[in-house]
Amino acid sequence: MSKQDTGARDIRFIIRRFNPETDEAPHNKEYTVRVEPGMTVLEGLHQIKGEQDATLVWRFSCRMGVCGSCGMLVNGKPMLACNSQILHLTNSVLTIGPLPNFKILRDLVPDLMPMLKNHIAGKPHIVREDFDPALTPTDEYYQTPEELVRFLQFSYCIKCGCCMAACPTMALDLDYKGPMPLAQYHRYNADTRDGGFEERAKLAGGTGGVVRCHYAGECSNVCPKGVDPARAIQLMKRQLVAGYLGLAKQQEPCGTIGPDPNARHREGVPPPPPFTIDRK
Amino acid sequence: MADPKKYDNRLGLKGWWGGGRWGFERYAYTLHRLTGLGLITYFVMHILVTSSRAFGADAWAEWMGNVAGPIFHVGEFLVVLSFIYHACNGIRLILVEFGFVVGKAEEPIYPYKTSLNKQRPLLIVMMILAALFVVAMGYDYWMLH
Ligand code: SF4
Ligand code: SF4
Ligand code: FES
Repeated sequence: MSKQDTGARDIRFIIRRFNPETDEAPHNKEYTVRVEPGMTVLEGLHQIKGEQDATLVWRFSCRMGVCGSCGMLVNGKPMLACNSQILHLTNSVLTIGPLPNFKILRDLVPDLMPMLKNHIAGKPHIVREDFDPALTPTDEYYQTPEELVRFLQFSYCIKCGCCMAACPTMALDLDYKGPMPLAQYHRYNADTRDGGFEERAKLAGGTGGVVRCHYAGECSNVCPKGVDPARAIQLMKRQLVAGYLGLAKQQEPCGTIGPDPNARHREGVPPPPPFTIDRK
Repeated sequence: MADPKKYDNRLGLKGWWGGGRWGFERYAYTLHRLTGLGLITYFVMHILVTSSRAFGADAWAEWMGNVAGPIFHVGEFLVVLSFIYHACNGIRLILVEFGFVVGKAEEPIYPYKTSLNKQRPLLIVMMILAALFVVAMGYDYWMLH
Protein backbone atom coordinates (compact mmCIF):
# COMPACT_ATOMS: atom_id res chain seq x y z
CA MET A 1 0.00 0.00 0.00
CA SER A 2 1.42 3.36 -0.93
CA LYS A 3 1.92 5.89 1.83
CA GLN A 4 -0.95 8.33 2.04
CA ASP A 5 -0.10 11.87 0.97
CA THR A 6 -0.80 14.06 4.00
CA GLY A 7 -0.01 17.17 2.01
CA ALA A 8 3.13 17.83 4.06
CA ARG A 9 5.95 19.52 2.18
CA ASP A 10 9.52 20.66 2.68
CA ILE A 11 9.52 24.46 2.48
CA ARG A 12 12.64 26.59 2.21
CA PHE A 13 12.51 29.47 4.67
CA ILE A 14 14.72 32.42 3.70
CA ILE A 15 14.87 34.61 6.78
CA ARG A 16 16.36 38.07 7.13
CA ARG A 17 18.73 38.12 10.11
CA PHE A 18 20.28 41.08 11.89
CA ASN A 19 22.22 41.07 15.12
CA PRO A 20 23.02 44.64 16.21
CA GLU A 21 26.02 43.42 18.20
CA THR A 22 27.82 41.72 15.34
CA ASP A 23 26.24 42.75 12.01
CA GLU A 24 26.56 45.94 10.00
CA ALA A 25 23.59 45.07 7.80
CA PRO A 26 20.94 42.34 7.60
CA HIS A 27 21.67 39.14 5.69
CA ASN A 28 19.59 36.12 4.67
CA LYS A 29 19.77 32.72 6.28
CA GLU A 30 18.08 29.59 4.93
CA TYR A 31 16.29 26.79 6.75
CA THR A 32 14.20 23.87 5.54
CA VAL A 33 11.05 23.02 7.44
CA ARG A 34 8.64 20.11 7.04
CA VAL A 35 5.31 21.90 6.78
CA GLU A 36 1.96 20.23 7.47
CA PRO A 37 -1.25 21.69 6.06
CA GLY A 38 -2.66 24.27 8.44
CA MET A 39 0.74 25.23 9.84
CA THR A 40 1.14 28.99 10.26
CA VAL A 41 4.23 31.06 9.54
CA LEU A 42 4.55 31.57 13.29
CA GLU A 43 4.60 27.80 13.88
CA GLY A 44 7.26 27.48 11.20
CA LEU A 45 9.42 29.98 13.05
CA HIS A 46 8.92 28.09 16.31
CA GLN A 47 9.94 24.90 14.58
CA ILE A 48 13.19 26.54 13.43
CA LYS A 49 13.92 28.02 16.84
CA GLY A 50 13.19 24.75 18.60
CA GLU A 51 15.05 22.39 16.30
CA GLN A 52 17.54 24.28 14.15
CA ASP A 53 18.60 27.70 15.37
CA ALA A 54 17.89 28.95 18.87
CA THR A 55 19.25 32.42 18.07
CA LEU A 56 16.34 33.40 15.79
CA VAL A 57 14.37 36.30 17.30
CA TRP A 58 10.86 37.60 16.61
CA ARG A 59 7.94 38.98 18.57
CA PHE A 60 4.65 37.20 19.27
CA SER A 61 2.22 36.70 22.07
CA CYS A 62 -1.38 35.69 21.43
CA ARG A 63 -0.98 33.35 18.39
CA MET A 64 -4.48 34.34 17.25
CA GLY A 65 -4.38 37.71 15.55
CA VAL A 66 -5.30 39.76 18.58
CA CYS A 67 -2.14 41.21 20.13
CA GLY A 68 -0.53 42.71 17.01
CA SER A 69 2.99 41.54 17.89
CA CYS A 70 3.82 39.27 14.98
CA GLY A 71 3.53 41.58 11.95
CA MET A 72 6.27 40.71 9.44
CA LEU A 73 7.05 40.83 5.74
CA VAL A 74 6.19 37.40 4.34
CA ASN A 75 6.80 36.79 0.64
CA GLY A 76 6.99 40.53 0.18
CA LYS A 77 3.74 41.42 1.92
CA PRO A 78 3.17 42.64 5.46
CA MET A 79 0.99 40.20 7.42
CA LEU A 80 0.52 38.58 10.81
CA ALA A 81 2.66 35.44 11.08
CA CYS A 82 0.08 33.77 13.32
CA ASN A 83 -2.74 34.52 10.92
CA SER A 84 -1.14 33.20 7.73
CA GLN A 85 -0.91 29.54 6.74
CA ILE A 86 2.30 28.62 4.99
CA LEU A 87 0.79 26.36 2.34
CA HIS A 88 -1.72 29.08 1.42
CA LEU A 89 1.27 31.27 0.53
CA THR A 90 3.70 28.92 -1.17
CA ASN A 91 4.58 25.39 -2.21
CA SER A 92 8.34 25.88 -2.14
CA VAL A 93 9.95 29.06 -0.82
CA LEU A 94 8.95 31.45 1.95
CA THR A 95 10.88 34.70 2.46
CA ILE A 96 10.46 36.35 5.84
CA GLY A 97 11.76 39.76 6.87
CA PRO A 98 10.99 42.40 9.49
CA LEU A 99 8.31 45.01 8.64
CA PRO A 100 9.91 47.68 6.45
CA ASN A 101 9.65 51.42 7.16
CA PHE A 102 10.60 50.70 10.78
CA LYS A 103 14.10 50.36 12.13
CA ILE A 104 15.18 46.80 12.85
CA LEU A 105 16.00 46.05 16.47
CA ARG A 106 17.03 42.47 15.80
CA ASP A 107 16.13 39.79 13.21
CA LEU A 108 12.36 40.08 12.69
CA VAL A 109 11.74 42.65 15.43
CA PRO A 110 10.90 46.16 14.19
CA ASP A 111 11.05 49.25 16.41
CA LEU A 112 7.39 50.29 16.56
CA MET A 113 7.98 53.16 18.99
CA PRO A 114 7.90 56.04 16.44
CA MET A 115 4.45 54.83 15.34
CA LEU A 116 3.21 54.39 18.89
CA LYS A 117 4.50 57.82 19.92
CA ASN A 118 2.40 59.44 17.18
CA HIS A 119 -0.52 57.30 18.29
CA ILE A 120 -0.19 58.40 21.92
CA ALA A 121 0.21 62.06 20.89
CA GLY A 122 -3.31 61.88 19.39
CA LYS A 123 -4.87 61.13 22.81
CA PRO A 124 -6.28 57.69 22.01
CA HIS A 125 -9.01 57.94 24.61
CA ILE A 126 -12.26 59.83 25.15
CA VAL A 127 -11.48 63.53 25.72
CA ARG A 128 -14.12 65.62 27.52
CA GLU A 129 -14.11 69.16 28.75
CA ASP A 130 -16.96 68.71 31.22
CA PHE A 131 -15.53 65.77 33.19
CA ASP A 132 -12.69 63.27 33.22
CA PRO A 133 -14.03 59.97 31.85
CA ALA A 134 -11.28 58.05 33.63
CA LEU A 135 -12.70 59.21 36.96
CA THR A 136 -16.36 58.47 36.25
CA PRO A 137 -16.17 55.05 34.69
CA THR A 138 -19.66 54.01 35.79
CA ASP A 139 -21.60 56.67 33.87
CA GLU A 140 -23.19 55.49 30.69
CA TYR A 141 -23.19 57.61 27.52
CA TYR A 142 -26.09 58.31 25.22
CA GLN A 143 -24.86 56.73 22.01
CA THR A 144 -26.99 55.06 19.37
CA PRO A 145 -25.98 51.85 17.57
CA GLU A 146 -25.68 53.92 14.36
CA GLU A 147 -23.23 56.25 16.06
CA LEU A 148 -21.27 53.25 17.24
CA VAL A 149 -20.83 51.97 13.67
CA ARG A 150 -19.20 55.27 12.69
CA PHE A 151 -16.06 54.34 14.60
CA LEU A 152 -16.40 50.64 15.44
CA GLN A 153 -14.47 49.48 12.37
CA PHE A 154 -11.48 51.67 13.22
CA SER A 155 -11.43 50.52 16.83
CA TYR A 156 -10.44 47.00 15.75
CA CYS A 157 -6.85 48.16 15.11
CA ILE A 158 -4.29 46.02 16.95
CA LYS A 159 -1.31 48.33 16.21
CA CYS A 160 0.56 45.63 14.32
CA GLY A 161 2.15 48.13 11.93
CA CYS A 162 1.42 46.13 8.75
CA CYS A 163 -0.27 49.18 7.21
CA MET A 164 2.80 51.34 7.95
CA ALA A 165 5.04 48.81 6.23
CA ALA A 166 2.84 48.72 3.12
CA CYS A 167 2.36 52.46 2.69
CA PRO A 168 4.41 53.97 -0.18
CA THR A 169 4.23 57.43 1.40
CA MET A 170 5.74 56.02 4.60
CA ALA A 171 8.52 54.55 2.49
CA LEU A 172 9.86 57.91 1.41
CA ASP A 173 8.45 60.58 3.68
CA LEU A 174 10.32 60.86 6.98
CA ASP A 175 7.68 63.18 8.48
CA TYR A 176 4.57 61.20 7.63
CA LYS A 177 2.78 59.94 10.71
CA GLY A 178 1.36 56.99 8.80
CA PRO A 179 -1.96 55.18 8.51
CA MET A 180 -2.02 53.58 11.96
CA PRO A 181 -1.89 56.75 14.12
CA LEU A 182 -3.98 58.80 11.67
CA ALA A 183 -6.74 56.18 11.50
CA GLN A 184 -6.84 56.19 15.29
CA TYR A 185 -7.20 59.98 15.38
CA HIS A 186 -10.32 59.49 13.30
CA ARG A 187 -11.50 56.59 15.44
CA TYR A 188 -11.82 59.00 18.39
CA ASN A 189 -12.94 62.01 16.35
CA ALA A 190 -15.82 59.96 14.95
CA ASP A 191 -16.91 58.89 18.43
CA THR A 192 -19.89 60.94 19.67
CA ARG A 193 -18.67 60.58 23.26
CA ASP A 194 -15.47 62.44 22.43
CA GLY A 195 -14.74 66.16 22.32
CA GLY A 196 -11.07 66.14 21.32
CA PHE A 197 -11.38 66.98 17.61
CA GLU A 198 -9.69 70.38 17.87
CA GLU A 199 -6.62 68.95 19.56
CA ARG A 200 -6.24 66.06 17.13
CA ALA A 201 -6.94 68.33 14.16
CA LYS A 202 -3.72 70.19 14.91
CA LEU A 203 -1.76 66.95 14.58
CA ALA A 204 -3.73 65.48 11.69
CA GLY A 205 -3.71 68.70 9.67
CA GLY A 206 -0.10 69.60 10.47
CA THR A 207 3.26 68.42 9.19
CA GLY A 208 3.24 64.77 8.25
CA GLY A 209 -0.52 64.66 8.62
CA VAL A 210 -3.33 63.54 6.35
CA VAL A 211 -2.38 65.70 3.38
CA ARG A 212 0.58 63.41 2.71
CA CYS A 213 -1.73 60.48 2.03
CA HIS A 214 -2.69 60.10 -1.63
CA TYR A 215 -4.82 57.04 -1.35
CA ALA A 216 -2.54 54.29 -2.54
CA GLY A 217 -4.82 52.19 -0.37
CA GLU A 218 -2.20 49.60 0.53
CA CYS A 219 -2.83 50.12 4.24
CA SER A 220 -6.39 48.90 3.77
CA ASN A 221 -5.27 46.08 1.50
CA VAL A 222 -2.94 44.55 4.05
CA CYS A 223 -4.75 45.31 7.32
CA PRO A 224 -5.44 41.93 8.95
CA LYS A 225 -8.35 43.30 10.95
CA GLY A 226 -10.38 45.05 8.23
CA VAL A 227 -9.75 48.44 9.81
CA ASP A 228 -9.55 50.30 6.48
CA PRO A 229 -7.20 53.12 7.57
CA ALA A 230 -7.38 54.65 4.07
CA ARG A 231 -11.10 55.24 4.59
CA ALA A 232 -10.53 56.75 8.03
CA ILE A 233 -7.93 59.14 6.65
CA GLN A 234 -10.11 60.33 3.74
CA LEU A 235 -13.11 60.82 6.03
CA MET A 236 -10.91 62.81 8.39
CA LYS A 237 -9.64 64.99 5.51
CA ARG A 238 -13.24 65.86 4.73
CA GLN A 239 -13.94 66.73 8.36
CA LEU A 240 -10.80 68.85 8.55
CA VAL A 241 -11.63 70.77 5.38
CA ALA A 242 -15.21 71.27 6.52
CA GLY A 243 -13.96 72.51 9.89
CA TYR A 244 -11.51 74.87 8.23
CA LEU A 245 -14.20 76.35 5.98
CA GLY A 246 -16.62 76.65 8.88
CA LEU A 247 -19.02 74.16 7.26
CA ALA A 248 -18.78 71.49 9.92
CA LYS A 249 -21.88 70.71 11.94
CA GLN A 250 -21.22 71.94 15.45
CA GLN A 251 -22.03 69.14 17.81
CA GLU A 252 -21.44 68.80 21.51
CA PRO A 253 -20.18 65.44 22.75
CA CYS A 254 -23.10 63.29 23.86
CA GLY A 255 -24.34 63.39 27.43
CA THR A 256 -24.20 60.74 30.10
CA ILE A 257 -26.74 59.01 32.23
CA GLY A 258 -25.63 59.23 35.85
CA PRO A 259 -26.07 56.38 38.30
CA ASP A 260 -29.69 55.27 38.62
CA PRO A 261 -31.03 56.85 41.86
CA ASN A 262 -33.54 54.00 42.23
CA ALA A 263 -30.94 51.27 41.89
CA ARG A 264 -30.71 49.10 45.00
CA HIS A 265 -28.07 46.58 45.83
CA ARG A 266 -29.56 43.11 45.44
CA GLU A 267 -29.30 40.84 48.41
CA GLY A 268 -26.93 37.94 48.13
CA VAL A 269 -24.83 39.62 45.43
CA PRO A 270 -21.33 40.40 46.68
CA PRO A 271 -20.43 44.13 46.64
CA PRO A 272 -18.23 45.38 43.78
CA PRO A 273 -14.52 45.72 44.48
CA PRO A 274 -13.34 49.21 45.50
CA PHE A 275 -12.23 51.64 42.78
CA THR A 276 -8.60 51.28 41.81
CA ILE A 277 -8.26 55.00 40.99
CA ASP A 278 -8.74 58.01 43.17
CA ARG A 279 -12.21 59.44 42.41
CA LYS A 280 -11.84 62.78 44.17
CA MET B 1 22.05 52.34 28.97
CA ALA B 2 23.03 53.50 25.53
CA ASP B 3 20.37 53.18 22.86
CA PRO B 4 20.84 49.86 21.04
CA LYS B 5 22.01 50.00 17.45
CA LYS B 6 19.12 49.83 15.00
CA TYR B 7 19.15 49.19 11.29
CA ASP B 8 17.16 51.67 9.19
CA ASN B 9 14.78 49.62 7.08
CA ARG B 10 12.91 52.38 5.22
CA LEU B 11 12.11 51.26 1.68
CA GLY B 12 12.66 54.64 0.00
CA LEU B 13 11.72 54.86 -3.69
CA LYS B 14 11.55 51.06 -3.86
CA GLY B 15 8.45 51.34 -1.71
CA TRP B 16 6.60 52.85 -4.66
CA TRP B 17 6.90 49.64 -6.69
CA GLY B 18 6.52 46.21 -5.19
CA GLY B 19 6.76 43.87 -8.17
CA GLY B 20 3.13 43.26 -9.07
CA ARG B 21 2.06 41.99 -5.70
CA TRP B 22 0.28 45.18 -4.76
CA GLY B 23 -3.13 46.61 -5.49
CA PHE B 24 -3.98 48.63 -8.58
CA GLU B 25 -4.37 51.83 -6.55
CA ARG B 26 -0.69 51.69 -5.54
CA TYR B 27 0.38 51.71 -9.19
CA ALA B 28 -2.09 54.49 -9.90
CA TYR B 29 -0.41 56.40 -7.04
CA THR B 30 3.09 55.79 -8.41
CA LEU B 31 2.11 56.75 -11.94
CA HIS B 32 0.36 59.85 -10.62
CA ARG B 33 3.57 61.01 -8.94
CA LEU B 34 5.77 60.20 -11.93
CA THR B 35 3.47 61.99 -14.38
CA GLY B 36 3.35 64.89 -11.92
CA LEU B 37 7.15 65.14 -11.98
CA GLY B 38 7.11 64.90 -15.79
CA LEU B 39 4.56 67.70 -16.05
CA ILE B 40 6.51 70.00 -13.76
CA THR B 41 9.68 69.34 -15.76
CA TYR B 42 7.80 70.23 -18.92
CA PHE B 43 6.36 73.31 -17.27
CA VAL B 44 9.81 74.64 -16.32
CA MET B 45 11.19 73.94 -19.81
CA HIS B 46 8.17 75.54 -21.37
CA ILE B 47 8.62 78.74 -19.34
CA LEU B 48 12.33 78.88 -20.16
CA VAL B 49 11.85 78.34 -23.89
CA THR B 50 8.98 80.74 -24.33
CA SER B 51 10.72 83.39 -22.22
CA SER B 52 13.37 83.52 -24.95
CA ARG B 53 10.84 85.61 -26.92
CA ALA B 54 11.67 88.46 -24.56
CA PHE B 55 15.12 88.56 -26.18
CA GLY B 56 13.79 89.13 -29.66
CA ALA B 57 12.43 87.15 -32.59
CA ASP B 58 15.81 85.65 -33.46
CA ALA B 59 16.37 84.21 -29.98
CA TRP B 60 12.87 82.79 -30.13
CA ALA B 61 13.47 81.13 -33.50
CA GLU B 62 16.79 79.72 -32.32
CA TRP B 63 15.28 78.25 -29.17
CA MET B 64 12.34 76.83 -31.03
CA GLY B 65 14.85 75.22 -33.38
CA ASN B 66 16.64 73.68 -30.40
CA VAL B 67 13.52 71.90 -29.27
CA ALA B 68 12.24 70.77 -32.65
CA GLY B 69 13.99 67.37 -32.94
CA PRO B 70 12.15 64.02 -33.02
CA ILE B 71 13.04 63.39 -29.36
CA PHE B 72 11.15 66.52 -28.41
CA HIS B 73 8.28 65.53 -30.67
CA VAL B 74 7.93 62.22 -28.83
CA GLY B 75 8.56 64.00 -25.52
CA GLU B 76 5.73 66.37 -26.23
CA PHE B 77 3.40 63.46 -26.81
CA LEU B 78 4.50 61.99 -23.48
CA VAL B 79 3.50 65.30 -21.93
CA VAL B 80 0.07 64.89 -23.48
CA LEU B 81 -0.22 61.34 -22.12
CA SER B 82 0.93 62.47 -18.68
CA PHE B 83 -1.55 65.30 -18.68
CA ILE B 84 -4.46 63.05 -19.61
CA TYR B 85 -3.59 60.48 -16.95
CA HIS B 86 -2.82 63.05 -14.27
CA ALA B 87 -6.07 64.91 -14.93
CA CYS B 88 -8.33 61.85 -15.01
CA ASN B 89 -6.75 60.19 -12.00
CA GLY B 90 -6.61 63.57 -10.26
CA ILE B 91 -10.38 63.98 -10.52
CA ARG B 92 -10.78 60.58 -8.87
CA LEU B 93 -8.33 61.54 -6.14
CA ILE B 94 -10.10 64.82 -5.41
CA LEU B 95 -13.38 62.97 -4.95
CA VAL B 96 -11.75 60.23 -2.87
CA GLU B 97 -9.72 62.57 -0.70
CA PHE B 98 -12.76 64.65 0.14
CA GLY B 99 -14.25 61.43 1.41
CA PHE B 100 -17.00 61.21 -1.23
CA VAL B 101 -16.54 57.77 -2.76
CA VAL B 102 -14.94 55.80 0.06
CA GLY B 103 -18.22 54.81 1.69
CA LYS B 104 -19.21 55.06 5.33
CA ALA B 105 -17.52 53.15 8.13
CA GLU B 106 -19.02 49.68 8.41
CA GLU B 107 -18.60 46.61 10.53
CA PRO B 108 -15.73 44.62 8.94
CA ILE B 109 -16.80 41.09 8.06
CA TYR B 110 -14.26 38.62 6.68
CA PRO B 111 -13.31 38.52 3.80
CA TYR B 112 -12.95 42.25 4.27
CA LYS B 113 -14.28 44.71 1.75
CA THR B 114 -12.72 48.14 2.10
CA SER B 115 -13.09 51.65 0.77
CA LEU B 116 -10.96 50.46 -2.15
CA ASN B 117 -13.90 48.40 -3.40
CA LYS B 118 -16.18 51.43 -3.10
CA GLN B 119 -14.06 53.73 -5.23
CA ARG B 120 -12.95 51.16 -7.79
CA PRO B 121 -15.85 51.74 -10.23
CA LEU B 122 -14.81 55.39 -10.38
CA LEU B 123 -11.21 54.34 -10.99
CA ILE B 124 -12.28 52.10 -13.86
CA VAL B 125 -14.45 54.82 -15.41
CA MET B 126 -11.63 57.37 -15.17
CA MET B 127 -9.13 54.96 -16.72
CA ILE B 128 -11.49 54.19 -19.62
CA LEU B 129 -11.96 57.93 -20.10
CA ALA B 130 -8.18 58.42 -20.06
CA ALA B 131 -7.74 55.64 -22.64
CA LEU B 132 -10.33 57.27 -24.95
CA PHE B 133 -8.54 60.63 -24.65
CA VAL B 134 -5.20 58.97 -25.38
CA VAL B 135 -6.54 57.32 -28.53
CA ALA B 136 -8.16 60.56 -29.72
CA MET B 137 -5.06 62.64 -29.00
CA GLY B 138 -2.76 60.00 -30.50
CA TYR B 139 -4.78 60.04 -33.72
CA ASP B 140 -4.72 63.81 -33.82
CA TYR B 141 -1.02 64.07 -32.99
CA TRP B 142 0.44 61.34 -35.19
CA MET B 143 -2.06 61.03 -38.05
CA LEU B 144 -3.27 64.56 -38.68
CA HIS B 145 -0.04 66.51 -38.16
S1 SF4 C 1 -4.76 49.58 10.92
FE1 SF4 C 1 -4.66 47.38 10.57
S2 SF4 C 1 -2.62 47.03 9.71
FE2 SF4 C 1 -2.59 49.05 10.66
S3 SF4 C 1 -1.82 48.72 12.72
FE3 SF4 C 1 -4.05 48.64 12.82
S4 SF4 C 1 -4.58 46.48 12.61
FE4 SF4 C 1 -2.45 46.71 11.93
S1 SF4 D 1 -4.01 55.31 1.63
FE1 SF4 D 1 -2.59 56.83 2.46
S2 SF4 D 1 -1.90 55.94 4.36
FE2 SF4 D 1 -2.83 54.27 3.19
S3 SF4 D 1 -1.11 53.33 2.10
FE3 SF4 D 1 -1.97 54.93 0.84
S4 SF4 D 1 -0.78 56.78 1.17
FE4 SF4 D 1 -0.41 55.34 2.84
S1 FES E 1 0.90 36.60 17.85
FE1 FES E 1 -0.63 38.06 18.42
S2 FES E 1 -1.24 38.87 16.51
FE2 FES E 1 0.13 37.26 15.91
